[in-house]
Amino acid sequence: MAEIELHGTWPSPYSYRVLWALKLKGIPYEYVEEDLSNKSPLLLQYNPVHKKIPVLVHGGKPICESMIILEYLDETWPQNPLLPSDPYERAVVRFWVKFIEDKGPSAWVVFRTSGEEQEKAVKDSLEMLKTIEEHALGEKKYFGGDKIGMVDIACSGIAHWLQVIEEVVGIKILEPHKFPRLHAWTKTFKEAPIIKDNLPNQDEMLVFFKQAREKLLASA
Amino acid sequence: MARTELKLLGAWPSPYVMRPRIALNIKSVDYEFLQETFGSKSQLLLESNPVHKKIPVLIHKGKPICESLIIVEYIDETWSSGPSILPSDPYDRAIAKFWGAYVDEKWFPNLRILSTAEGEAKDQVIGTIVEGLDLLEDAFVKISKGKTFFGGGQIGYLDIAFGCYLGWLRASEKMSEVKLLDEAKTPGLAKWADTFSSHPAVKDVMPEVDKLVEYGKSLVAKYRAAKAASS
Repeated sequence: MAEIELHGTWPSPYSYRVLWALKLKGIPYEYVEEDLSNKSPLLLQYNPVHKKIPVLVHGGKPICESMIILEYLDETWPQNPLLPSDPYERAVVRFWVKFIEDKGPSAWVVFRTSGEEQEKAVKDSLEMLKTIEEHALGEKKYFGGDKIGMVDIACSGIAHWLQVIEEVVGIKILEPHKFPRLHAWTKTFKEAPIIKDNLPNQDEMLVFFKQAREKLLASA
Repeated sequence: MARTELKLLGAWPSPYVMRPRIALNIKSVDYEFLQETFGSKSQLLLESNPVHKKIPVLIHKGKPICESLIIVEYIDETWSSGPSILPSDPYDRAIAKFWGAYVDEKWFPNLRILSTAEGEAKDQVIGTIVEGLDLLEDAFVKISKGKTFFGGGQIGYLDIAFGCYLGWLRASEKMSEVKLLDEAKTPGLAKWADTFSSHPAVKDVMPEVDKLVEYGKSLVAKYRAAKAASS
């Protein structure tokens, strides 16, 4: 068994968060692609409470929840830190990580629903983006300042997956003129070293998520 | 530390407000407690937490920190010479945070649902709450390693995260006339609950169950009135 294993799935933004952190810190790992339609006994053993990916396994011990994994990686491999060292600044980073964790999923509700439910989710998503645009980003290059930090990684769904959702459902949410800072950040983030070489193919994602949405709406 | 340097905005019934209060007690740090009035939000709260407009907010030398567990971590990192609240080992920290997120996101919301549930829905949510307590019992046994608290010999992050809900757990048992924390089913948790609640850092900030029941009943009445008015 490799010292570090990442159990994930190729279209998942949560999987990628961990993958980027491992690569940014130069931590060698083995990647295990999980099949969520047929969950492996190993996955169920590693994450019995939520039965979800990503799971990081370090020396046989599993850690679950992507942002908790990122804090673990940052504490265990301090090079290229993802969190600032000042306690107040750390609290501000954690605040925005929690914000995107709590509010970000509204974009996935847009993906999964239609009609009134979808309309509400679009509103929620717009509010979420507005708050980030106005309060979180400032004039910095990244949320983390000059370098990618925890909040950039947490918000990556906005940079790469939101476009796919928008195309699949046919609704534009992140309009450049409404969210100029955020829009600029999505470009900067995706061009950053390591990130740009490790992004799931958007065409493949379109096919995958289109099919997934069709299945969801058919069974609703 | 001068009291004016450290303020905590909160309200007595809130389990989230208890969390930083316990943390500050553990560190023996003095602070000014500013209670929000029900039904209105102070200017200070709106300025300090413009995104969520919620309590608790810790204001340290004029800078606001929001979100209860984030505040607890901030307290631990800032007053690092006092007893530690987060475990020292990164893996143990990850486990503590995992269960802290679990009680907040998966377990506690069911108590709210229980307060207004009826019939089959009520039985279902009771089942979910009890299942959650079984999981937490297992976690307690594994994490405490035979000691008194999740944090070992002393109160730690997960004790604070989960323990703050005990007042409302007991209030829910009274309001819904059901036993949820059963010493026969979850003996470890039942014993821990008593020890935690009577701990010096906790007992003065844990609201009285009867007061919570009274407050809870008024909330349910408001909810029912609003529901009737809108239907």
